[in-house]
Amino acid sequence: MVTANRKPSLVVIQLSGGNDAMNTVVPYTNGIYHDSRKAIHLSEDQVIALNGTLGLSNSLGPMKSIWDAGKMAIIQGIGYPKPNRSHFRSMDIWHTAESDHIADSGWLGRTIRELNPDGKNVITGINFGRGLPRALHAKGVPVASVGNLATYGLMPDIADKMTRDLAVDVFARMYGPDDTRDAVLQQISNTGMGAYLGADILRAAPEAYSSTIEYQADVPIAQSLRDISQVMLADLGTRVFYTQHGGYDTHAGELDNHAKLWNDLSTAVNDFLADLDEHERGDDAVVMIFSEFGRRIRDNGSGTDHGSGGVAFILGNSVKGGFYGEYPSLDPSEQVEGDMRFNNDFRGTYATLLDQWMGIDPYTILNDHYEQFDLIRR
Amino acid sequence: MTTKDVQLMAHLMRRAGFGTTRQKLDELVETGYDKTVEELLDAVNHPSRLTDNLIRRYHPEYSGMMGNQSAGGNWMYRMISTDAPLREKIGLMWHGIFATGYAKLANGKVLHDQIRMFERHGMGSFKTLLIEVSKDPAMIMWLDNSENHNGSVNENYGRELLELFSMGVGNYTEKDVKEAARAFTGWTFGNTEYMTLKSMRDSVWPYGRLSFHFEYKEDDHDNGEKEFLGHTGNLNGEDIVDIICKQPATAAFLSRHIYSFFVADEPPVPEWPYKDPVDPAAIEALSKVYFDSDYSITEMLRFLFKSDFFKSEDARYKRVKSPAELMAGVLRLTEEFDRPKIDINPTSLQTSYMGQWLLNPPSVEGWHWGTEWIDSGALVERVNFASERLGNLESPGVQSLVDRILASSSDALTAEQMVTSALDELLISAVSDKTRSALVDFAEAQLSKTSSDSGGNAERLQVANVLKLVGATPEFQRA
Repeated sequence: MVTANRKPSLVVIQLSGGNDAMNTVVPYTNGIYHDSRKAIHLSEDQVIALNGTLGLSNSLGPMKSIWDAGKMAIIQGIGYPKPNRSHFRSMDIWHTAESDHIADSGWLGRTIRELNPDGKNVITGINFGRGLPRALHAKGVPVASVGNLATYGLMPDIADKMTRDLAVDVFARMYGPDDTRDAVLQQISNTGMGAYLGADILRAAPEAYSSTIEYQADVPIAQSLRDISQVMLADLGTRVFYTQHGGYDTHAGELDNHAKLWNDLSTAVNDFLADLDEHERGDDAVVMIFSEFGRRIRDNGSGTDHGSGGVAFILGNSVKGGFYGEYPSLDPSEQVEGDMRFNNDFRGTYATLLDQWMGIDPYTILNDHYEQFDLIRR
Repeated sequence: MTTKDVQLMAHLMRRAGFGTTRQKLDELVETGYDKTVEELLDAVNHPSRLTDNLIRRYHPEYSGMMGNQSAGGNWMYRMISTDAPLREKIGLMWHGIFATGYAKLANGKVLHDQIRMFERHGMGSFKTLLIEVSKDPAMIMWLDNSENHNGSVNENYGRELLELFSMGVGNYTEKDVKEAARAFTGWTFGNTEYMTLKSMRDSVWPYGRLSFHFEYKEDDHDNGEKEFLGHTGNLNGEDIVDIICKQPATAAFLSRHIYSFFVADEPPVPEWPYKDPVDPAAIEALSKVYFDSDYSITEMLRFLFKSDFFKSEDARYKRVKSPAELMAGVLRLTEEFDRPKIDINPTSLQTSYMGQWLLNPPSVEGWHWGTEWIDSGALVERVNFASERLGNLESPGVQSLVDRILASSSDALTAEQMVTSALDELLISAVSDKTRSALVDFAEAQLSKTSSDSGGNAERLQVANVLKLVGATPEFQRA
C-alpha cells in the first residue's frame, strides 16, 4: 500500500534502437518464426516457456522470478497506426504520444507538470543519464538530469566554503527570472535555476543509502537503477524516473548482442526491485520497459532490420502479472509489409499507468481517450 | 579599429572556429574580415601547430587508438591546437550528420580515419563527400552495408543515406530506399568477415588495431535494373549519389544544416518537414550557391560568411554551443594543452557528461542541438567544467588572462572594471543587467575580502574567481 507521504512513482526504461520483440518474447513453437529467422531464431532450449506457445529468451532469466510471482505484465503487439521505421520519428512518437504531428512536449513532461503544477519541487521528474529525452520535455517544467548522482552539484572545485557559497548564490542570481532575455536565454536560465535547486537536495540521497544488493559494476543500466533506488529511498518527492539502455539496433550479430543486452538489463531490473523490497518500498514503484519499434519478422542473415509491432513490460508489486494484448499473427496475410501488426495503441498503456497508477486523468496528458488494460492492483 | 569590427570578428571566430584570445582578435581585425574568411576557407592547405605524424608519435595511444577515448582525445587536441579551426569545425558538423559511433565499431582508429576524411573532403564537393562517406569503412560497418548483399538486401545504409544524409523524410518512397540499398550492394571493406569478427570480439592484442579499407566486390553487386527517384537503369552507388545531389530537397536539406551549424539554431531535424526554416530566404540563397558551384561546400561557406544574414547583429549568440565547442573554446583560452598530453583523453571524455560523447553519438541520428544541449544535468557539467578551467591559475592561458585584466587599468581595479575586462577577454560583448550586477557584486565581495596573503597572489586569485564566474554565466553557453 502506498501511504500518504509515499506516492506512487513511475520508472521508465527506454530501450534505444528498436528492441526485437520476437527474440524477447519468443513464439518458439511457431513454424513461421523458425522459417523467417533462419539465422537468428531461438529454439526450445533457448527459451523459458511461459505458456504452450511463448517463451522468454533465456537472457531474460533473471526476471523469471518476477513473472512467477505474478508481478510482470507483458504487453504484446504494442504500437501505433501507420508505423514509422525511422528511429528518430518513432521514438519521437513514443516520447510525445502524438503520432500524426510533431508535438512540442513529452508525455512525461506534461505528467510532471500535472504532478507539480507550481514547479515547486524541481526534482519531481529526474532523468538518469546524459541528455534529457524528449519524453521529459515540457516548456517551463524543471526536470533534473543526473549523469552521476555521487558528483552532482555546482562548482564543487571551489575549496573555500565561503567562496563557494558566495559563488553558488551568484549563480542563482544570474539564472533567476529575467524578462529582458530572449526565449533561449530564458530557457537556459530556467534550467540553471532548476539545477541549482535540485543539486543540494539530491546530494543527500547517496549518503543516506545502504543496501545488501550489489548492482553489476561497469554496467551503466545497473548503475542508473541503483541511483534511482537511492533517490526513491530518500523520499524527495520524485515521482517520475527515466533512464535509457542503448544498443538494441541489432542489424547484425543479433544473437550475441541481444542476449548480452537483456542479460544486463534483466539482472539490473531484478536487483532494483529486490532493493526496493529490501527497504519495504517495492509497493511504491512500477517499472515500464519500452522501445521505439520492433523489428522485421524475417532476418537479414545476421540480424534484423527496423520493423513495427513491439513488446513492452510493466513490472512491480502492484502490477497484475500476465499477458496483455495479443501476440500478433505471423501469418503472411496478417503481416504489415513484413512486420507484425500492432493490436493495441501504446497510449492505452500510458493511459493505464496514468489513471490506475499515478492517479492522473489520462485525457489531460494524451488529449484523447484510449482503451486501458486492467493492470494495476487496487 | 572600431568596437563593431572587433565584435564582428569575434562572431566570425566563434562560428568558424572555437573562439580566440583577445590578443589574436586584434591581429585578425588588422588583417581584415574578408581576408580572414579566405584564410579560414583555405583550411586544407593550412599548416597546423603539430602535424598528424608528430601527434601520433607523442604517445602510443595516439597511434594505435585502441579505444575511442584516444581517438576522441586526439581530435579534441586538434580542435584546441589547430591554426585552421574551420577544418575541425566542419568535421564536427559532419560528425553530427554522418554520426558514426564506437559503441558498435569497437575501434577508435577507423573512427579517427573517418574524421580525417571529413577534413579532406568536408569543404569540397558534396557529391564527392557522399561518395567518400559511402566508401568509409566505419560507415559501412556502422550501417551494416557489409551485410548488404546481392539477393539479400540490408536497407540500413540506403535508408539513412536518404533520410539523414541528404534529402530528409518525405522526399522519397519506401521503394527508393530498397532500390538505393540494392545499388550499394558489394560496397564493403576488405577482409569483411575477419574485420567484423575482430570488432565484435573487441580484441586488441597483440598487434593493435588493423586499418579497415574499402573494397568493392563486383561479384556481390546487384547488377539488375533499378528504379530510383524516376531514373531507371543498372544503377550503382555513384549513380544514386549523382541523382541525390541533383534534388532540390538535397540542396535545401544541406543548406539548412549549414545554416543551423554556422548562423542560428534550427529546430531538430525531425521537425523540418513541419516547420519553416528560421530564414527561408537564406536557405534559398544557399541552395542556389549549391547548384551554381557544382555542390561546393566551400562556396556555400564563403557566401554565408560574407552574407548580411551572417554578419547581422541579429545572428550574434543565436547558437547554443555544443559540448565539444564549449570545451575546445575553454581549452584554447587556458592553453593547458600546449602538447598532446595524454590527459586530454579523460578531459575530452567530459563532453559525454555534457551530452556529446565524441565518436560515440547516441544513435545514427547524431545529437539534437540548440536548447536540447541544455538540460539541468548537462548544464551543471558545462558550468563546472568552464568555471574550473577558467579559474585555474596554474594554466598559462589563465595567467595571461589575469595579467591582461590587471593591466587594463593603471590604478587598482574596481569591481566594475574587473568584470568589464573579464567579459571583454572572453569575447562576451553583451550580458543582461542581471548577470552583470551579480558578477559585480561577486567581484566586490572578492575585493573586500581581507586576506592574510597580502601579496599579488590574493589579487590574482580574485581575478581568477571572477573569470570562473564568467564561465558560469548563462551568456557563456551561447556562441
